[in-house]
Amino acid sequence: MTYNPLNDGPDWTFERLEMYQAEIARVAEHYRLDTYPNQIEVITAEQMMDAYSSVGMPIGYAHWSYGKKFIQTEQNYKRGQMGLAYEIVINSDPCIAYLMEENTLPMQALVMAHACYGHNSFFKGNYLFKTWTDASSIIDYLVFAKNYVAECEQKYGIEEVENLLDSCHALMNYGVDRYKRPQQISLFEEQKRQKEREDYLQSQVNELWKTIPQSKQEDTENLPQFPSEPQENILYFIEKNAPLLEPWQREIIRIVRKISQYFYPQRQTQVMNEGWATFWHYTILNHLYDEGKLSDAFMLEFLQSHTNVVYQPPYNSKFYSGINPYALGFNMMVDIRRICENPTAEDKEWFPEFAGKDWLDTLHFAMENFKDESFVSQFLSPKIIRDFKLFTILDKESSPHLEVKAIHDEVGYQKVRSSLSAHYNLSNNEPNIQVYKVDVRGDRSLTLRYVPQDKIPLAESKIEVLKHLYRLWGFEVRLEQVEDDGNITLLGQCPPVNDDKE
Amino acid sequence: MAHFIDRRLNGKNKSTPNRQRFIRRYKKQIKEAVSDAINKRSVTDISSGESISIPQRDISEPVFHQGKGGNREHIHPGNDQFSTGDKIQRPPSGQGGGAGEGNASDQGEGQDDFVFSISKDEYLDLLFEDLELPNLQKSQLDKLVQMKTHRAGFCNDGMPSNLDIVRSLKGSIARRIAMTAGKRSRLKELEVELEALLAEPVPPQHQIETLEAEIEALRRRIASVPFIDNYDLRFRNYEKRPHPTSKAVMFCLMDVSGSMDQATKDMAKRFYILLYQFLTRTYKDIEVVYIRHHTQAKEVDEQEFFYSQETGGTIVSSALKLMDEIVAERYSQGDWNIYAAQASDGDNWADDSPHCTDILANKLLKVVRYYAYIEITTRAHQSLWREYQGLSAAYNNFAMQHIRSVEDIYPIFRELFKKNRQKQQGAA
Repeated sequence: MTYNPLNDGPDWTFERLEMYQAEIARVAEHYRLDTYPNQIEVITAEQMMDAYSSVGMPIGYAHWSYGKKFIQTEQNYKRGQMGLAYEIVINSDPCIAYLMEENTLPMQALVMAHACYGHNSFFKGNYLFKTWTDASSIIDYLVFAKNYVAECEQKYGIEEVENLLDSCHALMNYGVDRYKRPQQISLFEEQKRQKEREDYLQSQVNELWKTIPQSKQEDTENLPQFPSEPQENILYFIEKNAPLLEPWQREIIRIVRKISQYFYPQRQTQVMNEGWATFWHYTILNHLYDEGKLSDAFMLEFLQSHTNVVYQPPYNSKFYSGINPYALGFNMMVDIRRICENPTAEDKEWFPEFAGKDWLDTLHFAMENFKDESFVSQFLSPKIIRDFKLFTILDKESSPHLEVKAIHDEVGYQKVRSSLSAHYNLSNNEPNIQVYKVDVRGDRSLTLRYVPQDKIPLAESKIEVLKHLYRLWGFEVRLEQVEDDGNITLLGQCPPVNDDKE
Repeated sequence: MAHFIDRRLNGKNKSTPNRQRFIRRYKKQIKEAVSDAINKRSVTDISSGESISIPQRDISEPVFHQGKGGNREHIHPGNDQFSTGDKIQRPPSGQGGGAGEGNASDQGEGQDDFVFSISKDEYLDLLFEDLELPNLQKSQLDKLVQMKTHRAGFCNDGMPSNLDIVRSLKGSIARRIAMTAGKRSRLKELEVELEALLAEPVPPQHQIETLEAEIEALRRRIASVPFIDNYDLRFRNYEKRPHPTSKAVMFCLMDVSGSMDQATKDMAKRFYILLYQFLTRTYKDIEVVYIRHHTQAKEVDEQEFFYSQETGGTIVSSALKLMDEIVAERYSQGDWNIYAAQASDGDNWADDSPHCTDILANKLLKVVRYYAYIEITTRAHQSLWREYQGLSAAYNNFAMQHIRSVEDIYPIFRELFKKNRQKQQGAA
């Protein structure tokens, strides 16, 4: 190998960035990373804070909560409590990545390898992103959303729109379809349909709510319950069925729902996504170094920030705040490569299907077909459990003690693995609340049911959320809990009933 | 496949509208924080913004999430001491650290306040929203800020009277030199050549004629370059700059007799702070005169005004007299907008009160823009209040209010300076 390093800065220029970009792209292709075209934007720290507070989206509708987030970010950054991320990357086609002006040249190269080839290929390859998001239309959709919300503010008043958005945001996590595959339609179709929906929906809803007394004689017991099955997508249900909403309000609910749906895959693939991107910036830059393209100074700076990123503090460290997705993901990816290249007897026993096979094929397969939950349960090896010294703790409300259930030993591997997998299962972390019933012929009240998992109760904020739900629904809203023995208890309702006064 | 875009020159304040919305939404809370904050400031400290803190619960965005309790399984890295089956004492709630700490992070509602800074302008806007400087309407004709004309370099366009002849001619010379330099040097060469030919024993007539013709042509072309052209012209440029002509002076009058304790003085101080800050919104240049009095009045500095102890009886008119003298001596009315705020606990030598009314009505109220009297007391009103009530009815630049406790100050200040005060409307 000839030692002929690229200029290692520390200051970057656009020519140097181009040079690194070209080298990285060449190596990425060598490893079969399939990406959207890259659009790399250089921005300042202030602009980075702007991007932060709008959840990384380049365009967003106006809402006070983004302002609050901005103030928080600005405050933390100014006091030095927090550094800004080196990059933000957006799942769009072309894939937009932000580089911060302050970064040194080695950092810019790291970020390009990480975001423009790591994350980018993940967005393009992973099955969740393929099914749930449409990278080519997201920017157009955001523009549409921003303009639509602004238009509504002019027509109906800022206050009105803001209240509606508040309520939608409170239920944002309940605006995704978890199982039903969404249709992909283009923006133009979307806009065309939006107009049609607007005219059509209202009449549809009125039909539903016809309460003409002619059906009085009917046996109310035999009427089919509405909805016939519990609905998990609460916002969708409201958009389609809330009796009093204006068409524009339904459209705004739809916008919030769509954006929530767009982010849903990201919430489910944090470990994989970061692990994949970290693995590739590490692999690509090392490849370039082996070719003699990078200087030692460059590598030292790169390794310094790389090791910071993949550091996992132990549970009793003051820096500990849960498992670092970068560390876990990166180490698992590296471990998969090791199992393929140098399998031990243990690996052969645990992973007979890919131990000793081609590592690149295996990694691509893993990236394309899994989410965090299934990725951990399929690929977490005993070696990683040992390296991380993972242990699980059972916290039973009824018991005065916490109990160590499993540690990183022969008997504990399976248990630790399934616990960690469950830890990344979103449906375990979000309360299971579904639309249960609408009293169509009575007071139109809406009933939700909460099914607790492992006896974990709902937090106090439920009453506040019910108020938001009431604002959207327009009639009484009740929240019930299904107990272990099948009994139903009322958790709350809005508007509340004043028992004591009567 | 990649291209780079330099976005650094794009606006950086993309979040400003969202920030403004946040402030608009929490105006009530922010205002409360602002009015708390003024108590901690010096009278003339207006240079800084303010750090605002709002209780976290007021700005939380509620979502459904899991509460405490139930059965949970946590997974942690870095096991250094545990074996399967170990029992660990549950860490006391509210205290992080230890093995079971996973609980704490699930609880989304921290109790910390949400703290952030607002700029000086935002601070003042919030502080004085809906307030109006009294009697500003009347004095609108004499603008608070006058424009003064200043020289500001030269420009290519202007009125003939602003023509700068020296500059224009300099430009003309420069242009002529630049346009003819080549031709002149050629001319010189030809003339030398011609002389050389003429000096020859047999002048070659033909060559001489050609040279002469050429010289003639060059001379004509040089002469055709205009002596002065439109773009040589330079005009003196003037610009108008705001020039604060209206200066304001604020008189702080306070009773420091034995009956005024430190708590009462502190309340008065807050009132003066508000007044000062309010005036700085309108005037660029403000002087403050502190006059304190018991049986005699004295002009003092801020420190002495608020914090030195005096005892004795009370004669209010002494302060008014001193103020009148100072106005006559230093603040002739033409240049100065005079504001005065008097704080007292209402005590006065009974025979003196009519005297005060007399001085105010006949002298001071004619020259001051606004005179505010606040009485800080929990007792019944005395003669001074009753005397002043007569004034308040007769003059619309005189206002009086009664303060009982600290909480009253801000509302009463707002009351005094509320936009379109009814009294003014009635008078107008």
